[in-house]
Amino acid sequence: MDTQSSYEGAFASPPTDSAQAFRAAMRAMARPGTIEAIAGARAPEPFSEAAASLLLTLCDPDTSLYLAGEHDNEAARAWVGFHIGAPLLPADRADFAVGTWGALQPVSAYKVGVAEYPDRAATLIVEMPSLERNGAQLSGPGIKDTANLNLPEIGAFQANRRLFPLGFDCFFTSGQSIAALPRSTRVSDLSAEEAA
Amino acid sequence: MSKNRSETAANDDPARKQRLSVLAKAPADRLKTLWDAWCVRSGVPDHDILRTPEIGTVMVRGRAGATGAPFNLGEITVTRCSVRLSTGHIGHGYVQGRDKRASLAAAMIDALAQSDQADAVDDMVVEPLQLEAEANVASRAAKAAATKVEFFTMVRGDN
Repeated sequence: MDTQSSYEGAFASPPTDSAQAFRAAMRAMARPGTIEAIAGARAPEPFSEAAASLLLTLCDPDTSLYLAGEHDNEAARAWVGFHIGAPLLPADRADFAVGTWGALQPVSAYKVGVAEYPDRAATLIVEMPSLERNGAQLSGPGIKDTANLNLPEIGAFQANRRLFPLGFDCFFTSGQSIAALPRSTRVSDLSAEEAA
Repeated sequence: MSKNRSETAANDDPARKQRLSVLAKAPADRLKTLWDAWCVRSGVPDHDILRTPEIGTVMVRGRAGATGAPFNLGEITVTRCSVRLSTGHIGHGYVQGRDKRASLAAAMIDALAQSDQADAVDDMVVEPLQLEAEANVASRAAKAAATKVEFFTMVRGDN
């Protein structure tokens, strides 16, 4: 059963589907806090459709991948092997990492780039139960005034922002939606501000 | 688990290796002609496409004099495709060139060859291709052999 489903789930029409998925990912990253629709691919449990589509769009045999926690199972490895061919590496060497926020910990393990090549940083794909426009307050490049997104944590992203121009970038996926938080975005706790 | 084992067995099957090798090297037109003939006789098998035909390149390696150290000869264009028949058999087709229909045909043949129609598809499609390939090699070798020059040393008087 697992070996069967590992062969399924590719885009029905790879050129158009992956272009649309890339467009959604790009818009999400360009405007942190917006929630875009992304769909078309299916991967074994517990991958969301959004995470599977994003992996098919962004990863290939030249980008290493880290599967965290429950996302690292036999079926998922076979699926990645057939559809993407990305080498699976441990967290500290991977270009992309997928998992829930809890499974991806500690986030200090991921590559943040080096001063000469800040692009050599990891991109985390964080699986979320849902994406909502409330919670942490975001500001910075790509955000007109402020935006809100239900981030799983705030301190880690504030620490990541302090590394700028180094640091990791994050996509958040849930069902068929995607949002992003690049390292350039400032994150503050809305509830703490209201209390003050 | 048993499925895993049978799949590994299929991957190590020398007959399948041989069949895929024949399909990969066959001229696309011949492959399509023979596949069409099969489809006319038995109908196009019910199938899902797992990987739509896609074109890429693979590095071909050679050995100097067929025995030396391997070196990268160059890249060739390859089209690949994967299908699953309604019977559940999964076939992968890799063919030289840019012919998507040929890669689809190769994938279907690979899948059929794992089912109970293996002998029929071998007889109708794979065997003819293999015989043609062997005939090609033989005629090439014969042409080359005709140009072979035999060198021999004349015995010198003072030896």
